[in-house]
Amino acid sequence: MVNARKVSFSKVMLVLGLLFLYLPMFVLVVYSFNASRLVSVWAGFSTQWYGALFQDQQILAAVWMSLRIAFYAATMAVCLGTMAAFIITRFRRMRGRTLLSSMVTAPLVMPEVITGLSLLLLFVQMAELTGWPGDRGLATIWIAHTTFCSAYVAVVVAARLREVDRSVEEAAMDLGAPPLKTFLIITLPVIAPALVSGWLLAFTLSLDDLVIASFVSGPGATTLPMVVFSSVRLGVSPKINALATLIILAVSLIAFIAWFLMRRSDEKRLKGNA
Amino acid sequence: MAKDLIPLAVKERVRNVLFHRRIVFGIPFVWLLLFFLLPFALVLKISFSSAVMAIPPYEPVFTLVDNTFSVVVNFGNYLFLLSDSLYVAAYWGSLKIAFMATLVCLLIGYPMAYAMARAPRHVQLVLLLMVMLPSWTSFLIRVYAWMGILGNQGLLNSLLLWLGLIDEPLRMLNTNFAVVLGVVYAYLPFMVLPIYTNLVKLDIRLLEAASDLGCRSLTTFWRITLPLSRGGIIAGAMLVFIPAVGEFVIPELLGGPDTLMIGKVLWEEFFNNRDWPVASALAIVMLALLLIPIILFHRFQSREMEKHG
Repeated sequence: MVNARKVSFSKVMLVLGLLFLYLPMFVLVVYSFNASRLVSVWAGFSTQWYGALFQDQQILAAVWMSLRIAFYAATMAVCLGTMAAFIITRFRRMRGRTLLSSMVTAPLVMPEVITGLSLLLLFVQMAELTGWPGDRGLATIWIAHTTFCSAYVAVVVAARLREVDRSVEEAAMDLGAPPLKTFLIITLPVIAPALVSGWLLAFTLSLDDLVIASFVSGPGATTLPMVVFSSVRLGVSPKINALATLIILAVSLIAFIAWFLMRRSDEKRLKGNA
Repeated sequence: MAKDLIPLAVKERVRNVLFHRRIVFGIPFVWLLLFFLLPFALVLKISFSSAVMAIPPYEPVFTLVDNTFSVVVNFGNYLFLLSDSLYVAAYWGSLKIAFMATLVCLLIGYPMAYAMARAPRHVQLVLLLMVMLPSWTSFLIRVYAWMGILGNQGLLNSLLLWLGLIDEPLRMLNTNFAVVLGVVYAYLPFMVLPIYTNLVKLDIRLLEAASDLGCRSLTTFWRITLPLSRGGIIAGAMLVFIPAVGEFVIPELLGGPDTLMIGKVLWEEFFNNRDWPVASALAIVMLALLLIPIILFHRFQSREMEKHG
């Protein structure tokens, strides 16, 4: 058997790789408490940049806009993505299924500039033909984000659906439960963890998107990544360091909770098997 | 009578099931058709148009005037892309940088995934979260972090100067090196994840059999582990390569004036020059170049999604 205790090349690479992933973020966190504007100079501990961050109306408005879009997009993406996952894993002989499965996998790798440009052209054309959308903004970004996020949700949910034991569902259907009821009572509780993680994934993806939102938004709607980008383009800014620290803190907290919940359900499953 | 009743009830049930299926099928299908596939057709259409000073800034391709339906197809944009060496250089530069970054990601990511798959189960979960966590924080901010590290007065140069390894700051920011580094940094988790998923499912008995039969561990790796994890490698490589080719943020923030990447050129063509038809033609050519990688990825992904656990 493979010796688990031996120091191997792959273990060294794992440690180095994790260091590579975390050191730059660590640097950001440390320098967010730097009193100086410059990266190279440490001028003592200070929380002034956090104060400045919370006084920046533009950033606060953008945070609120981004959170709203992410919430709506993630919610819609979970609905669409779950349906798509169902079709791909269950309806094996449905016509058009192949087309759907390629439309689900393509957004996972599609370069953002292409997706953004294509959606903008669609919205422009739609506005010409139907008068909607008159202004591009929250609604158009929501549609764009929902579309690419539902692909990620579909992958997460399909992975879970494949593991579900179908005999219980079939039993319920055989006993006369209508499909919707079967779904709500039997399938939904089983795939609920996947729906939650799909929602969270979609939420972070939407919060993070700069390129697609830049294409499909109008003058009225500025999301957080757009504000960050326009400030970062000019160089290093301590306010952005403070913002980065808060984002890293929030994500770490959620990851920790997720880890805790997953470990608990893992232990339960192992106990159940024993 | 009873004989007839049962088929009727069954028919009713079947109709009910089919009705639900149609709804479940219809909604995501129509959504993706409208907001994913149709937009590409529009990009193709606009790429055959020509730019004008108007809103929207392009000539219509199809027109219906006085009962005459006319189609004006302008191949000028594509000829223009070929004639200006800037665009060819940008495509080539994107492919080169994406290829190098994918290779580096694979060289770092494979051993990482291998070590993760070999770790005890409760450690695996922690490691998995640790690898994924950076990709859940802001992409933009992670790229930005390198601006502070690589700059002329940045952390790395200060450190090297202080150690006495260099006498004057190295120019690292705004180079192609910084762009490759940024792509590797941003996309590494997407390489590790599919390889890990693949390796963790690997049948350990095959490896035991090989070692029982006297196979050396390195040989076992080359002849069994590596070929069996091919699917994960392809998926990981495509998840890095395809988005990296069209990357805009990384060359914009870390690249220099000599960094030519197509995503950045498309962005400038669209936002700065407001030449939508040329931007569309750029997108269509990029898609054509990426078609084979996308098909490769799709084949792997649909096999993964349809496989029964």
